Formats: sequence, structure tokens, C-alpha cells
Amino acid sequence: MTTHDVRRHEHPPRGPRPRVREERSRRRAVRRGPVVLATLTWLYVAWSLLPVLVAVQFSFNAGRSRSTWQGFSLRWYAGDPASVAADPGLHTALVNSLVLAALTTLVATPLGVALAIGLARWRGRTGRAAGGLMLLPLATPEIVMGSALYLVFTNLYLFVPLGRPAMVLGHVTFSVSYVVIIVRSRLASIGDEYETAARDLGASRLQALRLVVLPLLTPAVFASAMIVFASSMDDFVISAFLSPDASSVTVPIKLYSAVRTAPTPALNALATLLLAASALALVLAWLVLRRRGSTAALRDMASM
Amino acid sequence: MRVTGRATARRGVARTGLWAALAAPGTLWLLALFAVPFYAVAAVAFGYTDPLFNAPIPEWDPRYWDVTTFGEVVQRSLTGDLRPVFLRTLLYVGVALTVCVLIGYPVAYYLARHAGRRKGLLLALVLAPWWINYITRMLAWLNLLQDDGYVNDLLMAGHLISEPVRWLSGNPYTVILALVYGYIPFFIVPLFSTLDRVDERLLEAARDLGCTGARAFWHVTLPLSRHGLMTAAAITALPMFGDYYTTTLVSGSPTTTMVGNQIEFYLLGGSRKELGASLVLILSALLMALMAYYLIATRRAERDLT
Repeated sequence: MTTHDVRRHEHPPRGPRPRVREERSRRRAVRRGPVVLATLTWLYVAWSLLPVLVAVQFSFNAGRSRSTWQGFSLRWYAGDPASVAADPGLHTALVNSLVLAALTTLVATPLGVALAIGLARWRGRTGRAAGGLMLLPLATPEIVMGSALYLVFTNLYLFVPLGRPAMVLGHVTFSVSYVVIIVRSRLASIGDEYETAARDLGASRLQALRLVVLPLLTPAVFASAMIVFASSMDDFVISAFLSPDASSVTVPIKLYSAVRTAPTPALNALATLLLAASALALVLAWLVLRRRGSTAALRDMASM
Repeated sequence: MRVTGRATARRGVARTGLWAALAAPGTLWLLALFAVPFYAVAAVAFGYTDPLFNAPIPEWDPRYWDVTTFGEVVQRSLTGDLRPVFLRTLLYVGVALTVCVLIGYPVAYYLARHAGRRKGLLLALVLAPWWINYITRMLAWLNLLQDDGYVNDLLMAGHLISEPVRWLSGNPYTVILALVYGYIPFFIVPLFSTLDRVDERLLEAARDLGCTGARAFWHVTLPLSRHGLMTAAAITALPMFGDYYTTTLVSGSPTTTMVGNQIEFYLLGGSRKELGASLVLILSALLMALMAYYLIATRRAERDLT
């Protein structure tokens, strides 16, 4: 039932008969609209998620096929010589992805939190310029950022070798802005009353920050750390440009390079594990943000 | 704040100092790893080539920039062999974006206005693909679109086709559909948050003044969502322009090459990195022009509303 219908019941039309008839047909039209829209929406949801569920299903296939179901088995996770656990290529990719995501989170989160707090209060032209600089990575296509980082590491910052060191630097660069946006929106909703109160009670500026603002920010900081972790795990382009050889390959690169050459359900198993790891990080982030209401939390994550 | 106003003014400099110090590491990081890399692209594009090793020598001093290579690439993009690649990229992105609007607008509209109690659940389901790895989602379609995959099985069972369609070898429709599939979540979500903020009372007012549902939509909802529509289009189109992996995965044929593929080819594949750098500059300029148009258009849209 839509809001309009409720309204109509509350205020029955007062006019003569023709108005009533018109009213009725209009109400029917309003109802028919949502049915079509609802069908379309659910079809869209099915279209967007079913293929992935099928891919997950085939990671448990007993046979080698990725298109014919031959029974349930865990052989592509462990046991088979080509499984994720046994194949050194697949298993290195998974470890690389996890380590890269963890390092990125450890660097990007404190950097971003400090930047968010600083930018929220740093007035003047330089502060505004820094704020604009922070937004640019969000509007830059990954291929442009990937090429730029690749060229700078191979031509100027020669002391940073391609591979994990360059990849961590690159991932932090695109992640910092996420942290800043989440933390800043939380800062704005906290307001500055608590901090002013702490200052009036004699806290120094740093004490007010440490004892009042940071504890209030904890959920946002944790959630942004989880989001950084998930988006680092998911990144393909920046990693692909900065990974020189097989030793630094991550899961998305492995999937990309193997899928057209020698695909077995082990690739689906690898993708499923990646999915599980980022889902875990996001569910944790959501649980923490949920305290402000689940839809608000989703909207927060959507505003990224 | 008001009470401590004078003291604040006196401590103004120290105050700014702390905030600047907090923002400094992040700002320096972005300067060193975002701004400088961009400069490096220009330095390589406008640099020289080592004749002996055929390796690019970046020129860091703008006074000595050499624009021959860059000019060559511009020439090739406008009239030469790169022209079809640019046109194809524009075509694919344009069609994919149109399909995104046709599917995405109704979905976002339903989600924002009619989902009712299911809103949270639906929003989570619509957001889910956003956080599923892009390559994984393409892998999912590669499973389904194989010659003996579910899609062909389904179409043959419905007697829509008599023999399996070869979806995965140079089929432009597959590339466009894959682009739509990959990027449509980025389209729906910002549009949803705009539509969600449209004040219900405005629509009721339109209805009470005698508008039909369709007219209310056309005269109230659509103008109010124009801003969100443009933001959604910008967020979707920017990464699509730089995409190279989608067409490689679902087609792998030179007949569906996009600009991104050329950049990847020159930078990572060959030794002509200055060509790749020039292409990055051209693509960035194109996208900056689009962004500038977007900013001007949204500002105008906002002014029209107020």
C-alpha cells in the first residue's frame, strides 16, 4: 500500500460522482504502477545476483565443468592437486590479497582519520585546497591512477620496487579518501558541542580530541577500516598495473589471467573465498554502523 | 564557542597549526602519490625516447617538453588508426549508459518510493553487487555464457535460437551487456539517494492540484531527480571510459578494443610507454571536459530549483 492510498482513505473525495470515478481509475493506475515496478526491481535483483550464486555453486562441483553440475564436493578447495589449497599459484594469490589488504588498512585508516579531523577544522585557502585534493582520487578512473602510479614508480620513485611495496602505496592512495568521507560525515553528525564542553572544562585541544572526539568516532573508524579492507581486496586495476610478476599476484589478477586460459572450478573456489573475506569485513562494518539504524547504515555505505 | 571567542581569536594561529598538522601527512601523501604521478604521466608523454634501448626518457622540466609524440597520438586519435577505438569506446559507453538509465531509473524509483517495509532488504540486495569483486562478477557470466552454458541452454529450451550463440568471441552486445552488468549498481545507488530525498508532500501537492500520476512524475519527480541522474551518469561513465578488463574478459577480440586496452597495451605490453602516457593524457582531458560540463550543469540545475 502506498502513501497515496493511505491519504485517499483519510480524505475521501468530496466532489460529485464523476470525480469519484476518476478518482477510482487514478487509484488503480497508481496501484498498477508499483506492480510493474516491483516486478522489474525483483527481476533486476535476480539478474544481478543469480550469476554470482551460480558461480559460487560451481565452486562445489564434483566435476571439472563450470557449466554442468556433477554433484557436491569440496575438492576444488582442498584435496585436488589443482585446488586452492594445493595449487601454489592460487594459494599465493589468496595470501597476497589478504596481506595487501591488511597492510593497506593499517596505513590508510590512521592517515585518513587524521586527515578527516584536520580537514574538518582547517580553515583558509590551503585547507580548502587540501580538501579538494582529497576528493580527486574518487573522481579519477582507476586506469588513469594505475598508469600514473606505474609511471612514477618506474621513472621517479625508483627506490619503491613494483610488487607489494608499490601496491600498498597505491592502495592506500585510493583508500584514504573513503576513510576521510566516512569519518567526516560522522564528525559532522557529532557536532562540536562535546569538544567545546571538554575545552571549557579545561581539557587541552589534544586532550579533547583524544578523550572526547576519538571515542565518539570509534564506530566510524572501525567501519571505514573494514571498507578499506574490502575495497583493497576487490581492487583489480591498480594492482594489475603495479604487479610485475607471479609472486605479487592477487586474487582478482589471478582470476583475470587464468579465466581465459585454464579455467577449472578452483577459480570459482578462489572467487568464493575472496567474496567471503570481503563479505565478512562488510558485515562487521555494517554491524557497527547499524546502531544508528540499519537503513541509515546502508545509506552511509551507499554514499561511498 | 561564543564565550571563548576572543581567546580563540588570539590562539588562531596555534589552532590552525594543530589542524594543519593533523591533515599534513594525508595531504603530503596525496601530493606525492596522486599529484606527482600525474605529473610523471606528462613528463613521460612529453619526454624523449632513448634511441639505443628504445626506452622512454621522461622530461621533468616543462621548458624542454617535446610534443611530437603527443601530437602524433592526437592525430592518430582524430583521423588515424586510433579513431575507431575512440568512437567504439564512446558508442559502448553511450549505449551502456542508456541501458543503465532504462533499467536503473525504475529500480531506484521503486526502491525510494514504493518499497515500503522491504526497503532495507531491497537496498541491501541492490548494494550487494557493489561489494562483490568486479572480476568475480564477470567470471560468473563467463560460466553462464559458454557455448554449453546455462544461457544458451535456456534460449535453446525456449526455442529462441536453434544453435548455441557464440557469446564470448568478439560479440559487441556481450561487451555492452557486461558493462551494464558491471557498472549499474554505481548508477542505481546515487540515483536512489536523490529520489529518496524528494519531498513526498510536493507530489501530494501536485496531485491535489489535479496532476495525474504521470504528469506529477514528469513535472515534479523528474526535474527534482535531474541532479541525481547526472551524478549517477557521471559516476557510471567515468570508470566505463577507462575500462579494459571487461572487453578482454568477455570478448578478447581486437574488434571490441576500447581506449583502456590501448593504454594497457602501450604501458604494460610494449616498449612505447610514451604513447600510453599520451593516451592517458587525452583520456584524462576528455573526462575532465565531461566533469566540467557536469559541474556546470548541476550548478545550473540547482540554481533553477531555488
